[in-house]
Amino acid sequence: MPDVTSFDKKQSWFYTDIVREHFFHPQNFLDHDPAEDEFNAIGKVGSPACGDELRVWMLVDAESQRIKNFSWRTFGCGSAIASTSIASVMVTENGGLTLEEARKLKPQDIMARLGGLPPRKFHCSVLCDKALRDAINDYYRRHDEFDKIINEAWRVVDPVAKVTDHDIEEAVLDGAATLEAVQAKTKVGIGNPSVLPAVEELIRFYREKYFG
Amino acid sequence: MRTVYLDHAAATPLDPRAFEAMRPFLTQTYGNPSSFHSAGKEAKDALDAARSSLATILGARADEILFTSGGTESDNLAILGVCRALGKGHIVTSAIEHQAVMEAVGHLEKKEGFEVTYVPVDKHGLVDPEAVVKAIRPDTILVSIMYANNEIGTIEPIAEIGNAIQKMRQAAGSKSPLFHTDACQAAGALDLTVEKLHVDLLTLNGSKIYGPKGVGLLYVRRGIKLQPLLFGGSQEKGIRPGTENVVGIVGLATALTLAQAEAKTETARLIPLRDKLISGILKSIPKTRLNGHPTERLPNNVNISIMDIEGEAMILYLDARGVYASTGSACTSASLDPSHVILALGMPYEVAHGSVRFTLGRSTSEADIDYVLEVLPPLVEKLRSMSPVSVDEKYFL
Repeated sequence: MPDVTSFDKKQSWFYTDIVREHFFHPQNFLDHDPAEDEFNAIGKVGSPACGDELRVWMLVDAESQRIKNFSWRTFGCGSAIASTSIASVMVTENGGLTLEEARKLKPQDIMARLGGLPPRKFHCSVLCDKALRDAINDYYRRHDEFDKIINEAWRVVDPVAKVTDHDIEEAVLDGAATLEAVQAKTKVGIGNPSVLPAVEELIRFYREKYFG
Repeated sequence: MRTVYLDHAAATPLDPRAFEAMRPFLTQTYGNPSSFHSAGKEAKDALDAARSSLATILGARADEILFTSGGTESDNLAILGVCRALGKGHIVTSAIEHQAVMEAVGHLEKKEGFEVTYVPVDKHGLVDPEAVVKAIRPDTILVSIMYANNEIGTIEPIAEIGNAIQKMRQAAGSKSPLFHTDACQAAGALDLTVEKLHVDLLTLNGSKIYGPKGVGLLYVRRGIKLQPLLFGGSQEKGIRPGTENVVGIVGLATALTLAQAEAKTETARLIPLRDKLISGILKSIPKTRLNGHPTERLPNNVNISIMDIEGEAMILYLDARGVYASTGSACTSASLDPSHVILALGMPYEVAHGSVRFTLGRSTSEADIDYVLEVLPPLVEKLRSMSPVSVDEKYFL
């Protein structure tokens, strides 16, 4: 349970300079209501109840299949804003990633480009790769290329936080043994407690599978 | 850059007068109060004097004051000490206690077989004394309700609750339940006379009253048995063994004496500043909400939820402009859960995530308040322009 905690300038600015730069000078955030020709796919992840919500508006060049524009809005903490900002740069720089390439973008890549994040910030605030894949699927859906839609092989356990059974598995493998520990890593069920029984069952399952 | 420290509920600077009182005990008067020689006696005399002056402030006897390492230890000693001495029973507490109380009570509930009732609060964070009385059962051994809340500043009706508990005990001819209050946040502004408050145990610490960190006390009414948390020598009647932190205790006694002597004038100075900041924010920024009670509130506490943006982001932007505040947002907590206090007011998660706390102090001037009112609205506007969220008014008004 949190107290009201605060930041002392000298000691606990635990973000890197790159994070700070993107936090204070975010790139590509959408500061207006977009016109129809400014994007051809949208993606969304999270909810304000779980602490972070991210929406993206993506413009893909039909011929090259490269991302030409990637705008976003984020409700979230410093690292959520910074990681979205830098991800938007990563997918559009040097002529833009192809959708194939973009789908492979991992939270680890985003974090590495930021010069690292505090451990407890990683799982919860780097959401942009999920919103990106949501937008990629949306692009294929809008262009009737249904065969290219890849629904993540794993099952979504918490549709609000977009946490999958794979995320739970990773958290357990990462050493999280209790519901609290898994929540600290994944945010599963925060603001959406109805999913918790299923989560606890999964934790038991993976613990037995790997550590039983 | 101008810096405006508005986090006095987290920590206060040491009062220079307390520092002067402490100074000799760092380098010159370093004896162990338990030693049987003059250097020891000198330290013992200072310890006794500090204990007496603190007892006087509380209207208590010197032997009813136990020194600890701070508020958290005092709360733990009160709760674990009373309950473990009795072995089993029922505890009543509120939904908005500090973690030091909440986690200690939670431990007894989960691991040691005690039963707990959490009394809810109203939308302003007030505990209803009637609800406390109703929650008390024949096997209730302890009631713990904070004097003033650390996040939202709401002042609880401790004297009324204490009085009701005392009457119940008299009517039943019982010594139970005992009544504990955490007065850490209240100590700089409110009356600490234990007889008036009708409390049996009371927690205080140094770090919120311009005293040193790492020192606190627990008032324990004579005759109450506590099981110690630590085992060792016979210091503090064996209830809290370990060589006394003489320099810290001297600092605590000096700081609390000064804070209590100046409480009235400081309160009269702070309330207009507090109210100027509250009304200034509510007027200049749309979709904002005051958390806590409008009047039954600590003179230095301002807690406001700003919708559609997240507290940590706001704290970082404020920090960049030299304003030091804090938030109930999950992002600054290890648990990733937002403030249990704001949630207990019946507010949704979104409101807790967007809460910002400013706590004023002795150094706060009207120019500081003006500065915050100048820098805050554009920061909010910038963060809102990045946010995809729009919380409907029906959820926070």
